[in-house]
Amino acid sequence: MHHEAPLREFMGLTFNLSNVLMITIASLIVFIIAVLSTRSLAMKPTGIQNFFEWVMDFVKGIINSTMDWKDGGRFHILGITLIMYIFVCNMLGLPFGITYDGTLWWKSPTADPVITLTLATMVVGLSHYYGVKLKGVKEYGRDFVRPMWFLFPLKLIEEFANTLTLGLRLYGNIYAGEILLTLLAGSLATGVGGHLAAVIPMLAWQGFSIFVGAIQAFIFTMLTMVYLAHKVSHDH
Amino acid sequence: MLTSSLVLGAAGGGFNSGDILFQLVTFIILLALLKKFAWGPLMGIMKQREEHIAGEISAAEQSRGEAKQLLEEQRTLLKEARTEAQGLIENAKKQGDVQREEIMALARAEADRLKESAKLEIEQQKEQAVAAIREQVASLSVLIASKVIEKELTAADQEKLINEYIQEAGEGR
Repeated sequence: MHHEAPLREFMGLTFNLSNVLMITIASLIVFIIAVLSTRSLAMKPTGIQNFFEWVMDFVKGIINSTMDWKDGGRFHILGITLIMYIFVCNMLGLPFGITYDGTLWWKSPTADPVITLTLATMVVGLSHYYGVKLKGVKEYGRDFVRPMWFLFPLKLIEEFANTLTLGLRLYGNIYAGEILLTLLAGSLATGVGGHLAAVIPMLAWQGFSIFVGAIQAFIFTMLTMVYLAHKVSHDH
Repeated sequence: MLTSSLVLGAAGGGFNSGDILFQLVTFIILLALLKKFAWGPLMGIMKQREEHIAGEISAAEQSRGEAKQLLEEQRTLLKEARTEAQGLIENAKKQGDVQREEIMALARAEADRLKESAKLEIEQQKEQAVAAIREQVASLSVLIASKVIEKELTAADQEKLINEYIQEAGEGR
């Protein structure tokens, strides 16, 4: 049931080779899909170009719902990449998992809290960077004591809470989905009857996991834009 | 069992600090590559289309305005042409009337002149004829008279006649 992670030490850092592999695969898939679908661009879009233009407009809608396009336009590419990457990551662990010699190799990279928290920290870090860049150090610092000075500790806690919840929400949803898939596949499927009995809940849960994966990718991007907007917009 | 080798498991324990770095670097590389190769061109074409559409709309508006102006121009031209044609027809009619009057007057005058000259000629002919007849009558009467005289006049009578004539001629003077 419980599989070992392929941990390796390298230059004083611990690498989970399974994560490294899956991150690379997810990135490659996103890159290949994106490049292939934008090879033959036309003024009159067809097929896959339509889909990607829809994705762009979708992310644009997310950004527009949280901030001015004048401020938010610079996050467009970040948003598209985030939503595509997280969606592909979430999907990777769904069809199967591969274990070799008792170690787990194929899974969703987002089923690891370290990965999701890295993304979350990156997003929050970016929000601070753009907060300072767009509003100046003074305005940025003043935001911490608004609307009342004694809210400063809460504001400080908020930053860490944002990071934690952003990362752990994604991790929790995907990890739970994979756990349940594992349970269904591993515990229920013991023999021919068990296989047959497991098929229907497996199908149902995989379908639901696709939905959850898409929703989580959307929520992650949405919250990214909310946090960024919170830092960069002037009107509050 | 096949399924048990294909199942998912929980993530392993231990803090895998290297993954953080790897994820971060990979994501940034992915971001940069996608910006250069996928999203950049896609955004470019979307922007290009936006501009194209905007341009087309303004061009359509412009050409619509032009068409409207042209239509107005054509309408005025048509109206002008119609009035002009009306005027031309009127003029032609008037001119025709005038010409008809002229021609008729001319014809009448010609006819009068012809009638007059014909009358004159007829008169002349009549006079000539009358003169000729009169001449013939005179000569005939002389002839007849001479014939009568030849037959009945004697020398005594002739003498007497001559004397009478002489007498008469002397008294007349």
